[in-house]
Amino acid sequence: MLVLSDFLILGAVLFCISMAGIFLNRKNMIVLLMCIELMLLAVNMNFLAFSHFNGNIHGQIFVFFILTVAAAESAIGLAILVVLFRNKRTINVEDLDSMKG
Amino acid sequence: MHLLLPEIFMLGMICIILVVDAFLSEKLRDVTYHLAQGTVAITAVLTFFNSSETPVYLMNHLFVSDALSLVLKLAVFILISGVFLYSKDYLKDRNLYKGEFFIMVLTAMLGMQVMISAHHLLTLYLGLELLALSLYGLVAMHRDSSQAAEAAMKYFVLGALASGMLLYGMSMLYGLTGSLQLDQIAQVIAKGELNKNLLTFSLAFILAGLAFKLGAVPFHVWLPDVYQGAPSSMTLLMGTAPKLAGFALLMRLLTEGLGGLHADWQIILIVLAILSMGLGNIVAISQTNIKRMLAYSTISHMGFLMLGILTGTIQGYNASLFYVLAYSFMSLGAFGMIILLSRAGFEAEQLEDFKGLNERSPWLAFLMLIFMLSMAGVPPMLGFWAKWSVLTQIVSAGFFWLAVLAVLFSVIGAYYYLRIVKLMYFDKSQDNTAIETSSEMRAAISVNALSILALGLSPQILVQLCSHVFK
Repeated sequence: MLVLSDFLILGAVLFCISMAGIFLNRKNMIVLLMCIELMLLAVNMNFLAFSHFNGNIHGQIFVFFILTVAAAESAIGLAILVVLFRNKRTINVEDLDSMKG
Repeated sequence: MHLLLPEIFMLGMICIILVVDAFLSEKLRDVTYHLAQGTVAITAVLTFFNSSETPVYLMNHLFVSDALSLVLKLAVFILISGVFLYSKDYLKDRNLYKGEFFIMVLTAMLGMQVMISAHHLLTLYLGLELLALSLYGLVAMHRDSSQAAEAAMKYFVLGALASGMLLYGMSMLYGLTGSLQLDQIAQVIAKGELNKNLLTFSLAFILAGLAFKLGAVPFHVWLPDVYQGAPSSMTLLMGTAPKLAGFALLMRLLTEGLGGLHADWQIILIVLAILSMGLGNIVAISQTNIKRMLAYSTISHMGFLMLGILTGTIQGYNASLFYVLAYSFMSLGAFGMIILLSRAGFEAEQLEDFKGLNERSPWLAFLMLIFMLSMAGVPPMLGFWAKWSVLTQIVSAGFFWLAVLAVLFSVIGAYYYLRIVKLMYFDKSQDNTAIETSSEMRAAISVNALSILALGLSPQILVQLCSHVFK
């Protein structure tokens, strides 16, 4: 039988994977976008688990909103990525270094 | 329900402007501008007449209308109106004078309105995202600029990371307290039956997310790049109104929701404030790009803002409110001046571009002098009283050493503001092109600067206004 902590551990593991992905990834910008999505899904896992085990529906409603915002966010993220690629001809994270100081 | 009227009106007008703009020819773009300005003005009037001094909760406690929301929203309206006015010529010169700009600024403003009036984690999150998503789009709007695209990407990734951390903290808080409503969360925490370690765990995530959004050290890395890379009119927008919304976010979450954990967040805010003031002021000295310099100055001002909040007293909150109001209007003027000195094909971004400004235009140099002295906190400017009120509160809360540190960092900070004054008045300019500005923009920035001077000479007006907010 699965208990609350199993889901929370899964959520935490997903969150850590996405964090590690954002900070360790030095190659591809699309991986960054995927990590951001994964981070929001980790949060959703938490909300759903709490909602189910506490018998409180509010968390599930929150998840709907997070999913919607995540969709809008990835749309904007990909749009920015296209603009970036047209200007720089690369989506390598390491090439984003024109500003310093 | 009538207390929600300004937000409903705003949303309706955004849709109308979106449709109207699609049918306008390039020459008639001014219609969109006037529609947007009119919308802001009418929303301000509606907000002023549909408000309540005592908190009124609407939509199942999703939304609150109180004195704090009234003051912050009115300030946001004035700032956004100023942003439209200052940006007009700048955008025309750069082929950015498009309907999208107005739509996205208005949606950002709606996001700020929602955030300021939020009384529920859901509305806080949605308002924050509406603001952030609009800003990502605005930064990327200059499509042919590779710097702007890079800035937008950095802003997007780190902003999304911040939202993720904030949400993770919110989910833990929801799990612990079983509620998303701020006053219920506060009640559950006040009972003291919850696991203290888990609460602190969720608080740490929430604070990390907030610090990211405000740009406090060590979560500040995106801020200088974004300020520098974005077109100046977008920097103007980001540097002003969202700071007020950020203050509202801090107040709503930390004092209304997590007031019971004051001892825990106080320590974290102290660390964030010291690091922000220190790093912001010291690194700003070595900058040659004025937008980047002002970005580091923003970081240090955010540190100062936190000082008032961390006292945890009503007077401290009032002082912080005073500080953030004063700061946002000074920053409106300073970034406005950068826009004013830019012209088609030239960005007045470098410190050298301010050399000898006094010879080219004594009046503009005088206005810039007011902004810089006010930001540096030289008496009798408004910025001095803002710093003064925060410092007196921090001393009376028993953090004398913190006040000493804050003063020390402000003195270091005064150096780079005064350097601009020196460049304007004592250096020869290399560029003697006449400064062409529209008379309405010149009038607006003069009113901006003179009101800072006037409020500095009689600070009681703002102090009294702020003392009505938290009781």
